[in-house]
Amino acid sequence: MKKLNHKRAMLLTALSFVVLFCTGLKTAKLDEVVYMPGHPSLQQWLLPDVPPQPEDNRLNDDRIALGKALFFDPRLSQKGNMSCATCHNPSLGWSDGLPTSVGHDGKPLGRASPTVINTAFNSIQMWDGRKKTLEDQAIGPMESGDEMATDIEKMFSFLRSSKGYQAMFEKAYPGEEIGRSTLTRAIASFERTVISNQSPFDRWVKGDKQAMSAAAINGFKLFMDRDKGNCAACHSGANFTDNGFHNLGLASFADNEPDLGRFSERPLRLMKGAFKTPTLRDVSRTAPYFHDGSAPDLAAVVDHYALGGVVTSNLSPNMKALTLSAQEKADIVTFMEALTSPMPAISMPELPQ
Amino acid sequence: MRTLILPLTLLSLACSFSAVTMAAEHEVGQKDKQFTKKSISVKVGDKVNFVNNDEIFHNVFSLSDAKLFDLGSYPKGDSRSVTFDQKGVVEVECAIHPDMKMTVNVE
Repeated sequence: MKKLNHKRAMLLTALSFVVLFCTGLKTAKLDEVVYMPGHPSLQQWLLPDVPPQPEDNRLNDDRIALGKALFFDPRLSQKGNMSCATCHNPSLGWSDGLPTSVGHDGKPLGRASPTVINTAFNSIQMWDGRKKTLEDQAIGPMESGDEMATDIEKMFSFLRSSKGYQAMFEKAYPGEEIGRSTLTRAIASFERTVISNQSPFDRWVKGDKQAMSAAAINGFKLFMDRDKGNCAACHSGANFTDNGFHNLGLASFADNEPDLGRFSERPLRLMKGAFKTPTLRDVSRTAPYFHDGSAPDLAAVVDHYALGGVVTSNLSPNMKALTLSAQEKADIVTFMEALTSPMPAISMPELPQ
Repeated sequence: MRTLILPLTLLSLACSFSAVTMAAEHEVGQKDKQFTKKSISVKVGDKVNFVNNDEIFHNVFSLSDAKLFDLGSYPKGDSRSVTFDQKGVVEVECAIHPDMKMTVNVE
């Protein structure tokens, strides 16, 4: 009897080890990404249709309509020839297709125009993070002598004297004056409608088996794998950005007077030549790439990362040279292309008189 | 004279011993791109170890008047420490990931 009990105890102990081991494995597996369409572990990549909004600027149709008019109105620039849409053109991925933008009087600007797409989900704005919110950044290009070079007082005089704008501002922000606060909140409201979350990748995440090709799925695995693409080290989360700052070892960092990027806001050595990680949503529409527009296409971007950067004197510690075959590089590009949503129809607003 | 030196030596030893025992060590982790504590209160002379528990490199710095420091960047498993030697509120951030913020209240 004693022997039997002893055997039973041994068996129970062994069984509980098996159960514990299996449970442990199951937990570990749930923590990992399972590359099957619709799998629960993938749902973290879904973006909501309506982005976060500040308490004092809840989205509504009137605010969006006003913001849209302001966004497309060239009369907000000094010469009356540039609007927000000049550098953030919906037809060019809400960017401008140029390596670096062109500003007031044709002045070449130092950085590429960042896309407006999904900036609503960013916790920090601009390549160097000098603006926190969409409201903060909205008037920046108007105030910059190099960009729209707007005479701000003259602009507000025009807006306050326009019957059409008076009515639109009153509907959007009843009882508030036409000024900096209402202008920036309206533009930010419109920008919050520029959302990309209907890509083949999103459909695949939701369970559509046909949404992504085998190459794109393999590209996603490589994208996530720290020992292969290592892309998710920075392009993380549903908006494929860590809202962080990295020196990518671009050739332009060896210029005589390189653009120091984030260093202007945070004077730490690590931040010299570091720029904000952009979203990869709709990335196939926003060539050329990097803050200096030095990569003409996504293949060139992947080649740059595979090399581990060109000028590595202050390279981001989260970057490293990659071992990728030509096919693997192509698959990562195919995956990034699958992050592009169908372009929503957009109508041009009739500008108020 | 000798009678004075002995008590003074003992007193100084006692003071330095009490100073050593009073300074405490605290630990703050970096996990899932967040500091594991949003704020901590420490006493002047205390040390805080910042431990990186993420797979990626993090940084720890502060530009606050009460303590200016930059611990550079370091990988998973590494930790670096700062001794807070002045009263005040110290805003701590990761320069790489500015969403990572916490406060050290030095009392």
